[in-house]
Amino acid sequence: MDIYIETSMSKTNQICFKANSLTKVYVTGESEVHALRGVSVEIPEGELVVLLGPSGSGKSTFLNIIGGLDQPSSGQVFFQDRDLAKLSNHELTYYRRESVGFVFQAYNLVPSLTALENVALVTEISPNPMFPMDALSIVGLKDRANHFPSQMSGGEQQRVAIARAIAKQPKVLLCDEPTGALDSETGIVVLNALLNVNKEFGTTCVIITHNAAIAKLAHRVIHFSDGKIGHMEMNANPIKPEQINW
Amino acid sequence: MAAIVMVMAAGIAVFVIMFGVLDSLKLTKDTYYERYQFADVFASLKRAPNALRTRINDIPGVSIAEKRVVFGITLQMPNMSEPVSGKVMSLPDSSTSFLNKLYLRSGRLLEPNEENAVLADESFVDAHQLELGDKINAIMNGHHRQLKIVGVVLSPEYVYSIAPGALMPDGKRFGLFWMSQRSLEAAVNMKGAFNDISIKVQRNANIEDIKEQLDNLLKPYGGLIAYARDEQISNFFLENELKQLSGMGSLAPVIFLSVAAFLINVVMSRQIATQREQIGMLKAVGYSNWEISLLYIKMVLVITTVGSIIGLSLGVWMGSGMTTMYTEFFHFPILKYHFSVEVMIFSVLSCVVAALLGTFLSIQAAVKLPPADAMRPESPAVFKPTFVEKMGLHKHLSFLSRIVLRQLERRPLRALLSALGIALSLAILIFSFFIQDAMDYMLDVQYDLIQREDLSLTFVEPKGYQALEEIKAMPGVLRVEPIRQVPVYFKSNNFKKRGSITGLAKKADLRQAVNQQLISIEMPSQGLIMSQTLADILHLKVGDTVETNVLEDKRQHLLIPVTSITQEFIGISAYMDIRQLNYLLDSDEKVTAAAVAVDQNSSAALYKKLKAIPAVIGLNITSVLRQIFEDVMAENMLKMVSINILFASFISFGVIYNTARIALSERGRELANLRVLGLTRKEVAYILFGELSVITLFSIPIGLLIGYWLAISMAEITESELFRIPIYLSNSTYGYAVSMVLISALISFYLVWRQIDNIDLVAAQKGVK
Repeated sequence: MDIYIETSMSKTNQICFKANSLTKVYVTGESEVHALRGVSVEIPEGELVVLLGPSGSGKSTFLNIIGGLDQPSSGQVFFQDRDLAKLSNHELTYYRRESVGFVFQAYNLVPSLTALENVALVTEISPNPMFPMDALSIVGLKDRANHFPSQMSGGEQQRVAIARAIAKQPKVLLCDEPTGALDSETGIVVLNALLNVNKEFGTTCVIITHNAAIAKLAHRVIHFSDGKIGHMEMNANPIKPEQINW
Repeated sequence: MAAIVMVMAAGIAVFVIMFGVLDSLKLTKDTYYERYQFADVFASLKRAPNALRTRINDIPGVSIAEKRVVFGITLQMPNMSEPVSGKVMSLPDSSTSFLNKLYLRSGRLLEPNEENAVLADESFVDAHQLELGDKINAIMNGHHRQLKIVGVVLSPEYVYSIAPGALMPDGKRFGLFWMSQRSLEAAVNMKGAFNDISIKVQRNANIEDIKEQLDNLLKPYGGLIAYARDEQISNFFLENELKQLSGMGSLAPVIFLSVAAFLINVVMSRQIATQREQIGMLKAVGYSNWEISLLYIKMVLVITTVGSIIGLSLGVWMGSGMTTMYTEFFHFPILKYHFSVEVMIFSVLSCVVAALLGTFLSIQAAVKLPPADAMRPESPAVFKPTFVEKMGLHKHLSFLSRIVLRQLERRPLRALLSALGIALSLAILIFSFFIQDAMDYMLDVQYDLIQREDLSLTFVEPKGYQALEEIKAMPGVLRVEPIRQVPVYFKSNNFKKRGSITGLAKKADLRQAVNQQLISIEMPSQGLIMSQTLADILHLKVGDTVETNVLEDKRQHLLIPVTSITQEFIGISAYMDIRQLNYLLDSDEKVTAAAVAVDQNSSAALYKKLKAIPAVIGLNITSVLRQIFEDVMAENMLKMVSINILFASFISFGVIYNTARIALSERGRELANLRVLGLTRKEVAYILFGELSVITLFSIPIGLLIGYWLAISMAEITESELFRIPIYLSNSTYGYAVSMVLISALISFYLVWRQIDNIDLVAAQKGVK
C-alpha cells in the first residue's frame, strides 16, 4: 500500500525541545567516555528532524536523553517548559508514558501479545489515545490485528511498533534507525507511516539514521560528530520516501 | 550465584552432618561395648548357689559367665517430694568385673569388703548434684542404710538408665549403684548365692542355643527367660534411638541432596541459556564447541568447588558439634568422630554431576547454533492463542495479565519445573516439622487418652485391694483404680516377645485402652486386648490365640484369645480385665499398682505421705513423665529436627530467589522495553511477579502433597518397637511451611524488585544485553 502525504513545515514557532550545553559522560571502570560534549539546540514543534552522524557521534545518547531514558551529566534539556534533567525516575516514566512514542530498530514488540494487544497495552495507560484499531489502520495493518509478532514480517512488526508509538497520540515520536533492519521497499512503507503521522497530527518526529538519503525527507537535519553538533541544515523542500535513492 | 552456592552447600552439609553423626555414634557405641566388655546374654533368677555358675560356663559357646546379685532399692532424697527408686549390683571383691566393666569418671573403685560404700551412676549423681563422699539414705531389703558415694561410674549396660516400666531415662528418679559383693550379699541375705548372670559368648556361637540351655539350667532356681542384647533394656532403647535418628538422619539428607542437585541442574541450564549471545560471540571469534564447553565447565567447577568446600566444612563442623552433644546425652565415656570419605565424595559428586549435566545439555543446545544466529537476539518467541483465548476468557484480563498467562502457557514444562523446585522446598520444610508434630500427637494420645491418671503407684509386691482403700482414704485422693501388671513371654508360631499384661478394672476411667479411632474400650470379660505394635510383632489379629508364659510365681502357660487391637504409639501393651487376670494367675484379688486421680491443691502433702510408705516402690506423676519425655526429645531428636529446619529454610529461600532472579534475567529485555514505553516499575513488576506468584501458588498444593508423602515415608522408616510414629501434621506446620515459602517469595521479590531499577533501558532497546 502507498500512503503519500505531503510533509508540512511547522507553522507555529513553539519550541518542543531545547538543549543547553548538554553533556553526557559514561564512566566504565577507569575510563570515561564523553558521549555528549556540550550540545545546544532547539527543535520546534511539528517538525520532522533527522539526526545524522557516524557511530559514537552522540546522536543516540541525545535521543535517549530527550526521550527520558537517560539523564544528562550536565546542562539543561527542556521539553516544552519542563527541564527533563530535573525529573525523578518516576516523573520520567510518566513523561514517556504520556508524551513520547518510541520506534526502535529492534521493533521491541511484546512477543506474547498480538499486534492489536501490543498497541492496546499502550493506549490503556495513555491519557488521550486513539482506538488501537485506528492506529493499526494508519500503518495499514488492520487485517493483521490478531497476529502475534512471530507471525509477521520485519516490516510489519516495525509498523506495529509505529502504530504502538502513535496510538497514544504523543507529542513527540522518537525513532532510532527505524528502517535499519528493513529492505528498501518495506522501508518506504514505514517511512510513509511516520510522515503521515507528522503531517496528520503535527507530531514532532526525531529520527536517527545512518542513511543520509533519508535526511532528504526532513525539515531539519542535525549532523552529530564527536559528541557535538557539527552543523544543522534546513530543508525547504523535503522529498517523498519513494524518491529516496536507497 | 550466591544462592546456588548456598543451596548446594546446604545439601552437602546436611548430608555430611547426619551421616557423620550417625556413623560417629555407631562407632562410639561399638567401641564402648567392646572395650568395656558388654555382655551378650543376660538372665535373672530368684536365687541360685554360686556353684551353678561353673555349669553355666560349661555351656558350649559360652566364653565367660559372670554372676552377681542385683537388688531393687528405694532412696530417700531430701530434695525430692516423690520417692526415688534404684538398683544395686554386686561387684566382685577384686573390684573389677570381667563383663560390663565400669568406666570410672571420678573418685575411686571399691576396696574389698568395704561396707556401705558404693559407686554411683553418673546420671543420678549429676541429676542430684551429688559429690564424692556424699551419703544417701536407702531402704534395702526393708532396712535403712546410708550409702557413701566413693566413685562415679558409667556402665555399658546402662547407657540408658531406665527405671523398670519407664519410657525415658530419668537420673532424678532412678539411680544405679554398685557395691562390693560381700557387703551386698550380707545386706540382702544372698551369701553364696546369686540372682543375675551375664554371659559373653564365643565368636560364632549360637545365641539361641545358649539361651535355651541357660533357661534349662536356671529353671529350678526361678530363672526368668534369658535374653540377648536385643532385649537388654538399655541397649534396646539405645538401638531404638539410633534407629530413629538414622531414620531421620538418613532420609532427610538424601532428600535435601536430591533437591539441591535438582535445583542446581535447573539453575545451571537456565543460566547458560541466558548466555547464548556470548557463546555465539565466542564461536564467531574461533572457539571450538569443546573449548566453549570447557570454559563453562570450568566456571561450574569453580562454583561447585566453593559450594562443596562450604558444605563440607559446615558439615564436619556442625557434625562434630552434634556428635559431642549426643555423646553427652548418652553419657558415652568415649567420643569417636567418623566422617566417611565416601559420604563426602558422594554428596559432592551428586551436586557436581547435576550441575555439569545441566550445564552440558544447555551448552550443547547453544553451540549447535551457527555463531551468527546465536549472536542475534532470539527472534520473537512463538505464541499462539491459548486455552484462555479459546475459552474467550482473555477479554476479562488486562494486557499485563495476558502476558503473564501466555508466558506460562507457552512453556508449561519450564513453569512446572520451577513449581516443582519450590514445591520440593516446601515439602522438606513440612517434613522437617513433622517429627515434632508426631511427637506432640503421640504424647497427647498417651497422656490424655491412655494414661489419664495424675499419678501411678507401684508396690514392692502384689497387694490386696485393701491397699487401694488405704490410698483412697488419704487427703487429696479423688479416685483410685487397680492395676495388676504381670511379666509374660508371648509366643505365636515363631514370633516371640517379652512383655507384660496389664490388668485393669472393667470400667476403668483413669487408665484406658483406646481403639483405632482413639475411642476408649471396655475390658472384655474374656480374652486379651493387644496394642497394634505387639500384634504386628507376633503377627496376630483379632480372634487369634496367643501363647502366654507367665514369668512369675506359678509360671502358668496360658492360651488367651485376642479380642481387640488398640491404638498405642508408645511401647507395647496388652490389657485384660483384672479379675480375669487374677483368676488365670490362680491368685486372690491382687494389685501391683494403682492409678490415682489427685486434687491438685493437696498434691504436695500427698506425695510426702506416699513417700513414707515402704510398700510403694515407684511413683510416677503423669505430668512429670510427659515433661521428661518432652525434655529428652528436645535434647535429642529435636536437635536434628532443628538442623533440618535450618537447612530446609536455606534451600527453600535459595530456590525461590534463584527462580525470581533467573526470571528477571530472562525477561530483562522485555521488561526494559515496557519501561521504555512508559510502564511504571510496578506495572513491569506485575508481569514478573505475576508469573512467579502463579508458579509459587501452584507449587503449594504440590509441595503439601510431597511433604505429606515424605512424612509418611519417614514415619515408616523411623518406626520401632518403642514408638510408632503417628501420621499427623498440625495445621500450624502447614501454616509455618507455607508462610516460610511465602516469606521467602516476598523477600526474593523485594530483592529482585530493587534490581528492576537497574535494568539498562538504553541498552535494552537496542537488543543488547
